[in-house]
Amino acid sequence: MIAHPLASLLANLGRPVLQALAALGRVTLFAGAILGHILRPPFYLRELGTSLLQIGWFSLPVVGLTAIFTGGALALQIYAGGSRFNAEAVVPSIVAIGMARELGPVLGGLMVAARVASSIAAEIGTMKVTEQIDALVTLSTNPLKYLAVPRVVAATLAMPVLVATGDAIGIMGGWLVGITRLDFNSATYLKNTVDFLEPWDIGSGLVKGAVFGFIVALMGCYHGMNSARGAQGVGAATKSAVVSASVLILAANYILTEVFFTS
Amino acid sequence: MITLTDVHKAFGPNKVLQGVTLTIPSGTSMVIIGGSGTGKSVLLKSVLGLVRPDKGTITLDEVDVTRTDRDAFLARFGMLFQGGALFDSLRVWENVAFRLMRGPKALPKPQARDAAIEKLRRVGLKPDTADLFPAELSGGMQKRVGLARAIAAEPEIIFFDEPTTGLDPIMAGVINDLIREIVTEMGATAMTITHDMSSVRAIADTVAMLHGGVIRWTGPVGEMDATPDPYVQQFIHGRADGPIESVR
Repeated sequence: MIAHPLASLLANLGRPVLQALAALGRVTLFAGAILGHILRPPFYLRELGTSLLQIGWFSLPVVGLTAIFTGGALALQIYAGGSRFNAEAVVPSIVAIGMARELGPVLGGLMVAARVASSIAAEIGTMKVTEQIDALVTLSTNPLKYLAVPRVVAATLAMPVLVATGDAIGIMGGWLVGITRLDFNSATYLKNTVDFLEPWDIGSGLVKGAVFGFIVALMGCYHGMNSARGAQGVGAATKSAVVSASVLILAANYILTEVFFTS
Repeated sequence: MITLTDVHKAFGPNKVLQGVTLTIPSGTSMVIIGGSGTGKSVLLKSVLGLVRPDKGTITLDEVDVTRTDRDAFLARFGMLFQGGALFDSLRVWENVAFRLMRGPKALPKPQARDAAIEKLRRVGLKPDTADLFPAELSGGMQKRVGLARAIAAEPEIIFFDEPTTGLDPIMAGVINDLIREIVTEMGATAMTITHDMSSVRAIADTVAMLHGGVIRWTGPVGEMDATPDPYVQQFIHGRADGPIESVR
């Protein structure tokens, strides 16, 4: 029997949709399993400490460098755009709001996704293909609890700190460009930054940071744990972790912005 | 006693185990031989619960392994993995003492370290290897560390997955002798999978040959050479001609 062309088209459209929904279901179950283990002993505090160091402390340089250049470029762009409406004075406040609400968490999240999701996926993927995860099971240790939970908790805790640091460095980048290139008075720049920045501008960015940190570690662990065999499998898992974490960060950012600022 | 009854396992269309029935009495050393890809590792992982069989039952002392408390069940086992499967991020002694430092009977760190060094000594490694990372060790040393980890908690049952693969003949002999000594000394039940015939002769009390998804032959190691089974004869003599296809 020859399939109707419309049925064939629908089948071709439906297959990837079903695959995407199945993947979403697997990720949701994985996230649920991790959340279910967070408050139940045993707690691997040493692994949590190591993960905090790896994810938080060692990400500071990349987040700081991203923030300082972004803050500087933002000041130049706002000044150039603002000068069309004689609104150059808004540079300090827009740089501060832009960094705190959007660019700090989003760019920080993307940089951490590139650095951390890839590293987690490669590490856990390698552990899987070299049977280290099977070895954990035979040693009565739940791999999800030992490998995934500390990383997810560490990323969720560390990201808001990284975002706050990135915000401060980004605002400082704008201030540096403002006083050296745009003829702003230093004290006035800082006063305008503080006067127009509200607590929720910073708070919303920190909440976004925590969500993005959760996403980054979740994707790294999920793709690492589901890595196929061999070097190619680990490579594919690493790539998928970075891509999926980045896309999910951008999607989550839009949703959170809708929730926080449109009501 | 470990008993497998009519165990089946398939991965997609690939039927790996097609009705394995086997008994390993307590305190004996069973070696399972068979060509590459015949399902030896799958069989071993099925007993440990790392792979779930599609059909059949596996019991340990007449208790179904799928219906027992996992932690208590696994606490009775030690396993030496083919590639060692040492944790890269932990030092040698932390690998060996991994189980000792966890669980309700966890030892304090200094005692766990002492116990790990004692086990390292038992497998012929000097105490100064304890603070190295696995990547700093040779293949033979990694195997010994894996063996020390497998016996660290003095398990009742020890599994060895291809214990001599990738080792030179002398190091393979050393590992075989260690396994035999340790199994005898501990009175443990051992299940080894290998296609190295020198390991079979050194380690086994009984031998089972897995082929075509079923146990083709089983018997005492002393009767292996005399069996008329053409599959066993082809395998143990490494002949290209015979009922086992050379292209699989």
